[in-house]
Amino acid sequence: MIAALGLILRRELRLALRQAGESATVVLFFILAALLFPLGVGPSPATLARIAPGVLWATALLAAMLSFERLFQPDFEDGSLEQLALSPAPLEGLVLAKALAHWLTAAAPLIVAAPVLGVMLNLPAEGFVPLIAGMALGTPAISLIGAVGAALTLGARRGGVLLALLVIPLVIPVLIFGAAAVEAAIGGFPVRAHLTALGGISLGALVLGPWAAGAALRQALAE
Amino acid sequence: MIQRLANPARFNRLAGRTMPWLAWGAALCIGAALWLALAVSPADYQQGEAVRIMYVHVPAAWMALVAYAFVALASAGGLVWKHPLAHVAAQAAAPVGAAFTFLCLVTGSLWGKPMWGTWWVWDARLTSVLVLFFLYLGFIALTAAFDEPQRGERAAAILALVGVVNVPVIKFSVDWWNTLHQPASVMKMSGPAIHPSMLWPLLLMALGFTLYFGAVVLVRMKALLLARRARAMAMAQVHRAAPAAAEPGSAHG
Amino acid sequence: MDRMAEFLAMGNYGGYVWPTYILAAVILVGLAIQSRRWLRNEERAVRAMEAEAPHRRAAAASGSARGETAR
Repeated sequence: MIAALGLILRRELRLALRQAGESATVVLFFILAALLFPLGVGPSPATLARIAPGVLWATALLAAMLSFERLFQPDFEDGSLEQLALSPAPLEGLVLAKALAHWLTAAAPLIVAAPVLGVMLNLPAEGFVPLIAGMALGTPAISLIGAVGAALTLGARRGGVLLALLVIPLVIPVLIFGAAAVEAAIGGFPVRAHLTALGGISLGALVLGPWAAGAALRQALAE
Repeated sequence: MIQRLANPARFNRLAGRTMPWLAWGAALCIGAALWLALAVSPADYQQGEAVRIMYVHVPAAWMALVAYAFVALASAGGLVWKHPLAHVAAQAAAPVGAAFTFLCLVTGSLWGKPMWGTWWVWDARLTSVLVLFFLYLGFIALTAAFDEPQRGERAAAILALVGVVNVPVIKFSVDWWNTLHQPASVMKMSGPAIHPSMLWPLLLMALGFTLYFGAVVLVRMKALLLARRARAMAMAQVHRAAPAAAEPGSAHG
Repeated sequence: MDRMAEFLAMGNYGGYVWPTYILAAVILVGLAIQSRRWLRNEERAVRAMEAEAPHRRAAAASGSARGETAR
Protein backbone atom coordinates (compact mmCIF):
# COMPACT_ATOMS: atom_id res chain seq x y z
CA MET A 1 0.00 0.00 0.00
CA ILE A 2 2.82 2.35 0.91
CA ALA A 3 4.52 1.37 -2.34
CA ALA A 4 1.33 2.19 -4.26
CA LEU A 5 1.19 5.58 -2.55
CA GLY A 6 4.82 6.22 -3.49
CA LEU A 7 4.07 5.35 -7.10
CA ILE A 8 1.09 7.72 -7.15
CA LEU A 9 3.12 10.51 -5.63
CA ARG A 10 5.93 10.01 -8.15
CA ARG A 11 3.41 10.00 -11.01
CA GLU A 12 1.78 13.21 -9.74
CA LEU A 13 5.08 15.00 -9.37
CA ARG A 14 6.23 13.93 -12.83
CA LEU A 15 2.96 15.13 -14.36
CA ALA A 16 3.11 18.41 -12.47
CA LEU A 17 6.71 19.08 -13.44
CA ARG A 18 5.88 18.42 -17.06
CA GLN A 19 3.29 21.18 -16.83
CA ALA A 20 5.66 23.79 -15.42
CA GLY A 21 3.82 26.34 -17.53
CA GLU A 22 0.88 26.13 -15.14
CA SER A 23 3.02 27.05 -12.14
CA ALA A 24 4.33 29.99 -14.13
CA THR A 25 0.77 31.11 -14.91
CA VAL A 26 -0.18 31.03 -11.25
CA VAL A 27 2.86 33.08 -10.25
CA LEU A 28 2.28 35.50 -13.10
CA PHE A 29 -1.29 36.04 -11.96
CA PHE A 30 -0.06 36.61 -8.40
CA ILE A 31 2.41 39.28 -9.58
CA LEU A 32 -0.10 41.02 -11.84
CA ALA A 33 -2.86 41.04 -9.22
CA ALA A 34 -0.49 42.44 -6.59
CA LEU A 35 0.78 45.09 -8.99
CA LEU A 36 -2.77 46.36 -9.52
CA PHE A 37 -2.77 47.71 -5.98
CA PRO A 38 -0.04 50.38 -6.31
CA LEU A 39 -1.76 51.43 -9.53
CA GLY A 40 -5.11 51.53 -7.73
CA VAL A 41 -4.26 53.17 -4.41
CA GLY A 42 -1.28 55.24 -5.51
CA PRO A 43 2.48 54.80 -5.12
CA SER A 44 2.84 56.37 -1.64
CA PRO A 45 5.37 54.14 0.18
CA ALA A 46 3.61 54.55 3.54
CA THR A 47 0.24 53.44 2.15
CA LEU A 48 1.81 50.49 0.37
CA ALA A 49 3.68 49.42 3.50
CA ARG A 50 0.40 49.58 5.42
CA ILE A 51 -1.58 47.39 2.99
CA ALA A 52 1.26 45.09 1.82
CA PRO A 53 0.64 42.15 4.24
CA GLY A 54 -3.04 41.89 3.42
CA VAL A 55 -2.54 42.45 -0.31
CA LEU A 56 0.13 39.77 -0.54
CA TRP A 57 -1.94 37.19 1.32
CA ALA A 58 -5.20 37.97 -0.47
CA THR A 59 -3.68 37.93 -3.96
CA ALA A 60 -1.73 34.74 -3.19
CA LEU A 61 -5.04 33.09 -2.23
CA LEU A 62 -6.69 34.28 -5.44
CA ALA A 63 -3.77 33.00 -7.49
CA ALA A 64 -4.04 29.62 -5.76
CA MET A 65 -7.75 29.49 -6.77
CA LEU A 66 -6.65 29.37 -10.41
CA SER A 67 -4.68 26.19 -9.89
CA PHE A 68 -7.31 23.99 -8.23
CA GLU A 69 -9.53 23.32 -11.21
CA ARG A 70 -6.92 21.17 -12.95
CA LEU A 71 -6.22 19.12 -9.82
CA PHE A 72 -8.48 16.15 -10.66
CA GLN A 73 -10.12 17.24 -13.92
CA PRO A 74 -7.63 15.74 -16.45
CA ASP A 75 -7.51 12.40 -14.62
CA PHE A 76 -11.30 12.39 -14.35
CA GLU A 77 -11.79 13.02 -18.05
CA ASP A 78 -9.34 10.45 -19.41
CA GLY A 79 -10.49 7.79 -16.96
CA SER A 80 -7.20 7.40 -15.10
CA LEU A 81 -8.90 8.54 -11.89
CA GLU A 82 -11.00 5.37 -12.02
CA GLN A 83 -7.86 3.33 -12.51
CA LEU A 84 -6.24 5.04 -9.53
CA ALA A 85 -9.34 4.39 -7.43
CA LEU A 86 -9.00 0.66 -8.19
CA SER A 87 -5.39 0.54 -6.99
CA PRO A 88 -4.72 -0.83 -3.48
CA ALA A 89 -3.94 2.66 -2.16
CA PRO A 90 -7.00 4.39 -0.65
CA LEU A 91 -8.43 7.45 -2.39
CA GLU A 92 -7.44 9.52 0.65
CA GLY A 93 -3.81 8.72 -0.18
CA LEU A 94 -4.38 9.85 -3.75
CA VAL A 95 -5.77 13.14 -2.42
CA LEU A 96 -2.72 13.59 -0.19
CA ALA A 97 -0.38 12.92 -3.10
CA LYS A 98 -2.29 15.33 -5.33
CA ALA A 99 -2.30 18.01 -2.62
CA LEU A 100 1.42 17.57 -2.04
CA ALA A 101 2.14 17.83 -5.76
CA HIS A 102 -0.08 20.91 -5.90
CA TRP A 103 1.74 22.44 -2.97
CA LEU A 104 5.14 21.83 -4.57
CA THR A 105 4.16 23.15 -7.99
CA ALA A 106 1.74 25.98 -7.13
CA ALA A 107 2.14 27.03 -3.50
CA ALA A 108 5.94 26.84 -3.29
CA PRO A 109 6.43 29.18 -6.28
CA LEU A 110 4.02 31.62 -4.62
CA ILE A 111 6.10 31.53 -1.45
CA VAL A 112 9.21 32.30 -3.50
CA ALA A 113 7.50 35.14 -5.34
CA ALA A 114 5.92 36.71 -2.24
CA PRO A 115 9.09 38.33 -0.80
CA VAL A 116 9.98 39.82 -4.19
CA LEU A 117 6.54 41.39 -4.34
CA GLY A 118 7.00 42.42 -0.72
CA VAL A 119 10.04 44.48 -1.75
CA MET A 120 8.06 46.10 -4.54
CA LEU A 121 5.17 46.90 -2.17
CA ASN A 122 7.57 48.42 0.38
CA LEU A 123 6.87 45.77 3.03
CA PRO A 124 8.85 46.72 6.18
CA ALA A 125 11.92 44.57 6.77
CA GLU A 126 10.52 42.90 9.93
CA GLY A 127 7.65 41.51 7.89
CA PHE A 128 9.59 39.25 5.55
CA VAL A 129 10.38 36.35 7.86
CA PRO A 130 6.81 35.99 9.20
CA LEU A 131 5.48 36.37 5.64
CA ILE A 132 7.54 33.43 4.42
CA ALA A 133 7.04 31.38 7.58
CA GLY A 134 3.31 32.07 7.60
CA MET A 135 2.95 31.10 3.97
CA ALA A 136 4.98 27.93 4.50
CA LEU A 137 2.72 26.97 7.43
CA GLY A 138 -0.58 28.11 5.94
CA THR A 139 -0.39 27.04 2.29
CA PRO A 140 -0.70 23.28 3.05
CA ALA A 141 -4.20 24.07 4.37
CA ILE A 142 -4.95 25.97 1.17
CA SER A 143 -3.80 23.09 -1.03
CA LEU A 144 -5.86 20.60 0.99
CA ILE A 145 -9.03 22.73 1.15
CA GLY A 146 -8.64 23.42 -2.56
CA ALA A 147 -8.43 19.67 -3.16
CA VAL A 148 -11.76 19.26 -1.35
CA GLY A 149 -13.32 21.97 -3.51
CA ALA A 150 -11.86 20.47 -6.69
CA ALA A 151 -13.18 17.03 -5.80
CA LEU A 152 -16.65 18.41 -5.01
CA THR A 153 -16.96 20.33 -8.29
CA LEU A 154 -15.58 17.52 -10.46
CA GLY A 155 -17.72 17.41 -13.60
CA ALA A 156 -19.84 20.39 -12.56
CA ARG A 157 -21.08 23.08 -14.91
CA ARG A 158 -19.05 26.32 -14.55
CA GLY A 159 -16.74 24.39 -12.24
CA GLY A 160 -14.04 27.07 -11.97
CA VAL A 161 -16.20 29.90 -10.64
CA LEU A 162 -18.13 27.52 -8.41
CA LEU A 163 -14.84 26.22 -7.01
CA ALA A 164 -13.79 29.73 -5.99
CA LEU A 165 -17.22 30.37 -4.45
CA LEU A 166 -16.87 27.21 -2.34
CA VAL A 167 -13.21 27.53 -1.35
CA ILE A 168 -12.81 31.26 -0.60
CA PRO A 169 -15.09 31.25 2.48
CA LEU A 170 -13.30 28.17 3.80
CA VAL A 171 -9.80 29.69 3.60
CA ILE A 172 -10.70 32.97 5.34
CA PRO A 173 -9.05 31.86 8.62
CA VAL A 174 -5.74 31.27 6.80
CA LEU A 175 -5.89 34.79 5.36
CA ILE A 176 -6.68 36.33 8.74
CA PHE A 177 -3.88 34.64 10.67
CA GLY A 178 -1.38 34.92 7.82
CA ALA A 179 -1.81 38.65 7.34
CA ALA A 180 -2.02 39.22 11.09
CA ALA A 181 1.34 37.48 11.64
CA VAL A 182 3.05 39.90 9.24
CA GLU A 183 1.32 42.92 10.77
CA ALA A 184 2.20 41.79 14.29
CA ALA A 185 5.87 41.48 13.35
CA ILE A 186 5.85 44.96 11.78
CA GLY A 187 4.22 46.38 14.90
CA GLY A 188 6.82 44.70 17.12
CA PHE A 189 4.44 42.13 18.65
CA PRO A 190 5.15 38.40 19.03
CA VAL A 191 4.09 36.33 16.02
CA ARG A 192 4.22 32.86 17.51
CA ALA A 193 0.49 32.69 18.31
CA HIS A 194 -0.45 33.47 14.69
CA LEU A 195 2.01 30.98 13.26
CA THR A 196 0.77 28.33 15.70
CA ALA A 197 -2.78 29.00 14.55
CA LEU A 198 -1.72 28.65 10.90
CA GLY A 199 0.05 25.38 11.65
CA GLY A 200 -3.00 24.19 13.57
CA ILE A 201 -5.30 24.95 10.65
CA SER A 202 -2.98 23.09 8.31
CA LEU A 203 -2.89 20.09 10.65
CA GLY A 204 -6.67 20.08 10.87
CA ALA A 205 -6.90 20.27 7.08
CA LEU A 206 -4.39 17.43 6.84
CA VAL A 207 -6.66 15.22 8.94
CA LEU A 208 -10.05 16.20 7.51
CA GLY A 209 -9.24 17.34 3.96
CA PRO A 210 -8.22 13.98 2.44
CA TRP A 211 -11.20 12.32 4.09
CA ALA A 212 -13.70 14.84 2.69
CA ALA A 213 -12.06 14.97 -0.74
CA GLY A 214 -11.88 11.17 -0.82
CA ALA A 215 -15.62 10.94 -0.09
CA ALA A 216 -16.31 13.50 -2.81
CA LEU A 217 -14.17 11.62 -5.33
CA ARG A 218 -15.86 8.35 -4.48
CA GLN A 219 -19.30 9.73 -5.18
CA ALA A 220 -18.08 11.47 -8.34
CA LEU A 221 -16.82 8.12 -9.62
CA ALA A 222 -19.97 6.29 -8.53
CA GLU A 223 -21.99 7.89 -11.33
CA MET B 1 -40.30 7.57 13.60
CA ILE B 2 -37.60 8.85 11.26
CA GLN B 3 -37.24 5.42 9.71
CA ARG B 4 -40.98 5.22 9.08
CA LEU B 5 -40.84 8.51 7.18
CA ALA B 6 -38.66 6.85 4.56
CA ASN B 7 -41.76 5.99 2.54
CA PRO B 8 -42.53 9.08 0.39
CA ALA B 9 -46.27 8.41 0.36
CA ARG B 10 -46.37 8.24 4.14
CA PHE B 11 -44.22 11.35 4.35
CA ASN B 12 -46.60 13.18 2.02
CA ARG B 13 -49.59 12.25 4.15
CA LEU B 14 -47.88 13.30 7.37
CA ALA B 15 -46.53 16.49 5.84
CA GLY B 16 -49.97 17.37 4.52
CA ARG B 17 -51.40 16.93 7.99
CA THR B 18 -48.74 18.90 9.92
CA MET B 19 -48.17 21.70 7.41
CA PRO B 20 -51.37 23.71 8.19
CA TRP B 21 -50.67 23.54 11.93
CA LEU B 22 -47.15 24.84 11.43
CA ALA B 23 -48.33 27.58 9.07
CA TRP B 24 -51.13 28.78 11.35
CA GLY B 25 -48.88 28.54 14.40
CA ALA B 26 -46.27 30.62 12.61
CA ALA B 27 -48.85 33.24 11.60
CA LEU B 28 -50.19 33.44 15.16
CA CYS B 29 -46.78 33.68 16.82
CA ILE B 30 -45.43 36.23 14.36
CA GLY B 31 -48.64 38.27 14.62
CA ALA B 32 -48.47 38.32 18.42
CA ALA B 33 -44.75 39.09 18.31
CA LEU B 34 -45.36 41.98 15.92
CA TRP B 35 -47.94 43.48 18.23
CA LEU B 36 -45.65 43.14 21.25
CA ALA B 37 -42.60 44.35 19.33
CA LEU B 38 -44.17 47.41 17.73
CA ALA B 39 -46.85 48.52 20.18
CA VAL B 40 -46.29 47.10 23.65
CA SER B 41 -42.56 46.89 24.31
CA PRO B 42 -40.89 50.09 25.48
CA ALA B 43 -38.13 51.96 23.69
CA ASP B 44 -34.62 51.17 24.87
CA TYR B 45 -32.98 53.88 26.97
CA GLN B 46 -29.81 53.70 24.86
CA GLN B 47 -31.02 52.68 21.42
CA GLY B 48 -34.43 54.37 21.51
CA GLU B 49 -37.03 53.02 19.11
CA ALA B 50 -34.30 51.48 16.93
CA VAL B 51 -34.28 48.56 19.37
CA ARG B 52 -37.40 47.32 17.55
CA ILE B 53 -35.14 46.27 14.65
CA MET B 54 -33.68 43.69 17.05
CA TYR B 55 -36.99 41.82 17.20
CA VAL B 56 -36.46 40.84 13.55
CA HIS B 57 -32.67 40.84 13.45
CA VAL B 58 -31.91 38.54 16.38
CA PRO B 59 -34.50 35.83 15.54
CA ALA B 60 -33.29 35.93 11.90
CA ALA B 61 -29.73 35.37 13.13
CA TRP B 62 -30.91 32.44 15.25
CA MET B 63 -32.70 30.98 12.27
CA ALA B 64 -29.62 31.39 10.08
CA LEU B 65 -27.71 29.14 12.49
CA VAL B 66 -30.58 26.73 13.23
CA ALA B 67 -31.22 26.26 9.50
CA TYR B 68 -27.54 25.59 8.87
CA ALA B 69 -27.50 23.03 11.67
CA PHE B 70 -30.60 21.47 10.12
CA VAL B 71 -28.99 21.34 6.66
CA ALA B 72 -25.83 19.78 8.11
CA LEU B 73 -27.74 17.22 10.17
CA ALA B 74 -29.89 16.26 7.20
CA SER B 75 -26.76 16.00 5.03
CA ALA B 76 -25.17 13.69 7.59
CA GLY B 77 -28.37 11.66 7.62
CA GLY B 78 -28.20 11.32 3.87
CA LEU B 79 -24.51 10.46 3.66
CA VAL B 80 -24.12 8.24 6.71
CA TRP B 81 -27.52 6.62 7.19
CA LYS B 82 -28.63 6.94 3.55
CA HIS B 83 -32.09 8.08 4.59
CA PRO B 84 -33.97 8.68 1.32
CA LEU B 85 -35.58 11.94 2.48
CA ALA B 86 -32.50 13.46 4.11
CA HIS B 87 -30.95 15.04 1.02
CA VAL B 88 -34.38 16.34 0.02
CA ALA B 89 -34.73 17.96 3.45
CA ALA B 90 -31.29 19.58 3.23
CA GLN B 91 -31.94 20.84 -0.27
CA ALA B 92 -35.35 22.21 0.73
CA ALA B 93 -34.01 23.97 3.83
CA ALA B 94 -30.95 25.67 2.34
CA PRO B 95 -32.76 28.47 0.44
CA VAL B 96 -34.92 29.17 3.50
CA GLY B 97 -31.80 29.43 5.64
CA ALA B 98 -30.18 31.68 3.07
CA ALA B 99 -33.26 33.93 3.13
CA PHE B 100 -33.05 34.28 6.92
CA THR B 101 -29.31 34.96 6.70
CA PHE B 102 -29.93 37.68 4.13
CA LEU B 103 -32.65 39.17 6.33
CA CYS B 104 -30.24 39.13 9.27
CA LEU B 105 -27.56 40.93 7.25
CA VAL B 106 -29.82 43.66 5.89
CA THR B 107 -31.53 44.30 9.23
CA GLY B 108 -28.13 44.42 10.90
CA SER B 109 -27.15 47.06 8.39
CA LEU B 110 -30.40 48.97 8.99
CA TRP B 111 -29.67 48.90 12.72
CA GLY B 112 -26.04 49.87 12.23
CA LYS B 113 -26.78 53.05 10.27
CA PRO B 114 -28.43 54.94 13.16
CA MET B 115 -26.32 53.24 15.87
CA TRP B 116 -22.86 53.18 14.33
CA GLY B 117 -23.35 55.87 11.71
CA THR B 118 -22.55 53.64 8.75
CA TRP B 119 -24.45 50.99 6.80
CA TRP B 120 -21.77 48.40 7.21
CA VAL B 121 -19.24 47.80 9.95
CA TRP B 122 -16.77 44.93 9.83
CA ASP B 123 -18.11 43.80 13.14
CA ALA B 124 -17.23 40.21 14.06
CA ARG B 125 -20.84 39.09 14.15
CA LEU B 126 -21.86 40.71 10.86
CA THR B 127 -18.75 39.36 9.15
CA SER B 128 -19.34 35.79 10.34
CA VAL B 129 -22.95 35.98 9.18
CA LEU B 130 -21.74 37.24 5.79
CA VAL B 131 -19.44 34.23 5.49
CA LEU B 132 -22.32 31.96 6.51
CA PHE B 133 -24.39 33.51 3.73
CA PHE B 134 -21.71 32.56 1.21
CA LEU B 135 -21.62 29.01 2.59
CA TYR B 136 -25.37 28.79 1.93
CA LEU B 137 -24.91 30.14 -1.60
CA GLY B 138 -22.15 27.62 -2.24
CA PHE B 139 -24.39 24.79 -1.05
CA ILE B 140 -27.27 25.93 -3.28
CA ALA B 141 -25.01 26.47 -6.30
CA LEU B 142 -23.39 23.05 -5.86
CA THR B 143 -26.75 21.22 -5.70
CA ALA B 144 -27.70 22.83 -9.02
CA ALA B 145 -24.35 22.40 -10.78
CA PHE B 146 -24.65 18.84 -12.02
CA ASP B 147 -26.68 17.16 -14.71
CA GLU B 148 -27.53 14.31 -12.34
CA PRO B 149 -29.35 15.67 -9.27
CA GLN B 150 -28.06 12.80 -7.11
CA ARG B 151 -24.47 13.87 -7.70
CA GLY B 152 -25.27 17.47 -6.76
CA GLU B 153 -27.09 16.63 -3.57
CA ARG B 154 -24.32 14.33 -2.35
CA ALA B 155 -21.53 16.81 -3.19
CA ALA B 156 -23.48 19.55 -1.44
CA ALA B 157 -23.99 17.31 1.59
CA ILE B 158 -20.22 16.79 1.89
CA LEU B 159 -19.77 20.57 1.57
CA ALA B 160 -22.29 21.13 4.38
CA LEU B 161 -20.34 18.81 6.66
CA VAL B 162 -17.03 20.49 5.75
CA GLY B 163 -18.75 23.77 6.57
CA VAL B 164 -19.79 22.51 10.01
CA VAL B 165 -16.15 21.84 10.85
CA ASN B 166 -15.09 25.14 9.37
CA VAL B 167 -17.76 27.48 10.77
CA PRO B 168 -16.34 27.47 14.34
CA VAL B 169 -12.83 28.09 12.97
CA ILE B 170 -14.10 30.96 10.84
CA LYS B 171 -16.10 32.34 13.77
CA PHE B 172 -13.09 32.16 16.06
CA SER B 173 -10.71 33.73 13.55
CA VAL B 174 -13.14 36.53 12.69
CA ASP B 175 -13.77 37.29 16.37
CA TRP B 176 -10.08 37.37 16.98
CA TRP B 177 -9.42 39.50 13.87
CA ASN B 178 -12.08 41.90 15.09
CA THR B 179 -10.56 42.43 18.53
CA LEU B 180 -7.23 42.97 16.77
CA HIS B 181 -8.45 45.71 14.48
CA GLN B 182 -10.93 47.60 16.59
CA PRO B 183 -10.94 47.80 20.36
CA ALA B 184 -14.16 47.07 22.16
CA SER B 185 -15.61 50.54 21.65
CA VAL B 186 -18.47 49.14 19.62
CA MET B 187 -21.71 49.17 21.49
CA LYS B 188 -22.96 45.74 22.41
CA MET B 189 -26.22 44.79 20.80
CA SER B 190 -27.89 43.78 24.05
CA GLY B 191 -27.13 44.38 27.67
CA PRO B 192 -26.33 41.61 30.12
CA ALA B 193 -29.93 41.24 31.24
CA ILE B 194 -32.88 41.53 28.87
CA HIS B 195 -36.05 42.96 30.33
CA PRO B 196 -39.05 40.60 30.02
CA SER B 197 -40.94 43.16 27.94
CA MET B 198 -38.21 42.70 25.32
CA LEU B 199 -37.73 38.99 25.86
CA TRP B 200 -41.30 38.03 24.98
CA PRO B 201 -41.45 39.54 21.50
CA LEU B 202 -37.98 38.07 20.80
CA LEU B 203 -38.97 34.56 21.88
CA LEU B 204 -42.35 34.69 20.13
CA MET B 205 -40.76 35.91 16.92
CA ALA B 206 -38.11 33.19 17.12
CA LEU B 207 -40.80 30.55 17.67
CA GLY B 208 -42.84 31.96 14.78
CA PHE B 209 -39.82 31.94 12.48
CA THR B 210 -39.06 28.32 13.46
CA LEU B 211 -42.64 27.22 12.71
CA TYR B 212 -42.52 29.15 9.43
CA PHE B 213 -39.26 27.39 8.59
CA GLY B 214 -40.86 24.01 9.26
CA ALA B 215 -43.90 24.79 7.12
CA VAL B 216 -41.94 26.14 4.14
CA VAL B 217 -39.40 23.29 4.29
CA LEU B 218 -42.25 20.75 4.20
CA VAL B 219 -43.80 22.45 1.16
CA ARG B 220 -40.44 22.57 -0.61
CA MET B 221 -39.71 18.93 0.25
CA LYS B 222 -43.02 17.88 -1.28
CA ALA B 223 -42.26 19.93 -4.38
CA LEU B 224 -38.77 18.42 -4.68
CA LEU B 225 -40.14 14.88 -4.33
CA LEU B 226 -42.73 15.59 -7.03
CA ALA B 227 -40.10 17.13 -9.29
CA ARG B 228 -38.03 13.99 -8.87
CA ARG B 229 -41.05 11.82 -9.72
CA ALA B 230 -41.80 13.93 -12.80
CA ARG B 231 -38.20 13.50 -13.89
CA ALA B 232 -38.35 9.73 -13.44
CA MET B 233 -41.60 9.57 -15.40
CA ALA B 234 -40.18 11.68 -18.21
CA MET B 235 -37.19 9.35 -18.38
CA ALA B 236 -39.52 6.32 -18.52
CA GLN B 237 -41.45 7.94 -21.36
CA VAL B 238 -38.26 8.50 -23.33
CA HIS B 239 -37.46 4.84 -22.79
CA ARG B 240 -40.89 3.75 -24.03
CA ALA B 241 -40.76 6.04 -27.04
CA ALA B 242 -37.44 4.53 -28.12
CA PRO B 243 -37.76 1.67 -30.60
CA ALA B 244 -38.24 -1.65 -28.85
CA ALA B 245 -35.49 -3.23 -30.89
CA ALA B 246 -32.99 -1.05 -29.06
CA GLU B 247 -33.69 -3.07 -25.91
CA PRO B 248 -32.80 -6.68 -26.44
CA GLY B 249 -34.67 -7.73 -23.28
CA SER B 250 -38.06 -6.37 -24.29
CA ALA B 251 -39.19 -8.82 -26.94
CA HIS B 252 -42.84 -8.56 -27.97
CA GLY B 253 -45.47 -10.96 -26.70
CA MET C 1 -53.86 61.34 14.48
CA ASP C 2 -50.90 62.68 16.37
CA ARG C 3 -50.39 59.34 18.06
CA MET C 4 -50.44 57.63 14.66
CA ALA C 5 -47.80 60.02 13.30
CA GLU C 6 -45.74 59.51 16.44
CA PHE C 7 -46.04 55.72 16.03
CA LEU C 8 -44.93 55.93 12.40
CA ALA C 9 -42.03 58.25 13.23
CA MET C 10 -40.59 55.73 15.77
CA GLY C 11 -38.66 58.45 17.55
CA ASN C 12 -36.96 59.49 14.29
CA TYR C 13 -35.87 55.92 13.66
CA GLY C 14 -38.88 55.23 11.43
CA GLY C 15 -36.68 55.27 8.35
CA TYR C 16 -34.83 52.25 9.73
CA VAL C 17 -37.48 50.42 11.72
CA TRP C 18 -40.17 50.24 9.03
CA PRO C 19 -37.90 49.06 6.21
CA THR C 20 -36.81 46.24 8.55
CA TYR C 21 -40.36 45.02 9.02
CA ILE C 22 -41.34 45.58 5.39
CA LEU C 23 -38.30 43.66 4.16
CA ALA C 24 -38.98 40.82 6.58
CA ALA C 25 -42.57 40.63 5.33
CA VAL C 26 -41.52 40.72 1.68
CA ILE C 27 -38.90 37.98 2.11
CA LEU C 28 -41.00 35.64 4.25
CA VAL C 29 -44.26 36.05 2.31
CA GLY C 30 -42.43 35.94 -1.02
CA LEU C 31 -40.59 32.74 -0.14
CA ALA C 32 -43.81 31.11 1.10
CA ILE C 33 -45.68 32.06 -2.09
CA GLN C 34 -42.83 30.91 -4.32
CA SER C 35 -42.60 27.56 -2.50
CA ARG C 36 -46.36 27.03 -2.76
CA ARG C 37 -46.47 27.93 -6.42
CA TRP C 38 -43.57 25.58 -7.12
CA LEU C 39 -45.44 22.75 -5.37
CA ARG C 40 -48.63 23.49 -7.38
CA ASN C 41 -46.68 23.47 -10.65
CA GLU C 42 -45.02 20.15 -9.86
CA GLU C 43 -48.35 18.66 -8.83
CA ARG C 44 -49.88 19.78 -12.10
CA ALA C 45 -46.94 18.40 -14.11
CA VAL C 46 -47.08 15.00 -12.41
CA ARG C 47 -50.86 14.80 -12.83
CA ALA C 48 -50.58 15.63 -16.53
CA MET C 49 -47.96 12.95 -17.01
CA GLU C 50 -50.00 10.38 -15.15
CA ALA C 51 -53.00 11.17 -17.34
CA GLU C 52 -50.84 10.74 -20.41
CA ALA C 53 -49.53 7.33 -19.36
CA PRO C 54 -52.32 5.66 -17.34
CA HIS C 55 -50.70 2.21 -17.46
CA ARG C 56 -47.50 3.50 -16.00
CA ARG C 57 -47.46 1.04 -13.12
CA ALA C 58 -48.29 -1.90 -15.32
CA ALA C 59 -45.69 -0.80 -17.80
CA ALA C 60 -43.05 -0.58 -15.15
CA ALA C 61 -43.97 -4.00 -13.79
CA SER C 62 -43.12 -5.99 -16.93
CA GLY C 63 -40.68 -5.20 -19.66
CA SER C 64 -42.83 -6.73 -22.41
CA ALA C 65 -45.74 -4.40 -21.69
CA ARG C 66 -43.58 -1.40 -22.51
CA GLY C 67 -43.71 -1.94 -26.21
CA GLU C 68 -47.51 -2.28 -26.14
CA THR C 69 -48.26 0.96 -24.31
CA ALA C 70 -46.00 2.91 -26.61
CA ARG C 71 -48.32 2.40 -29.59
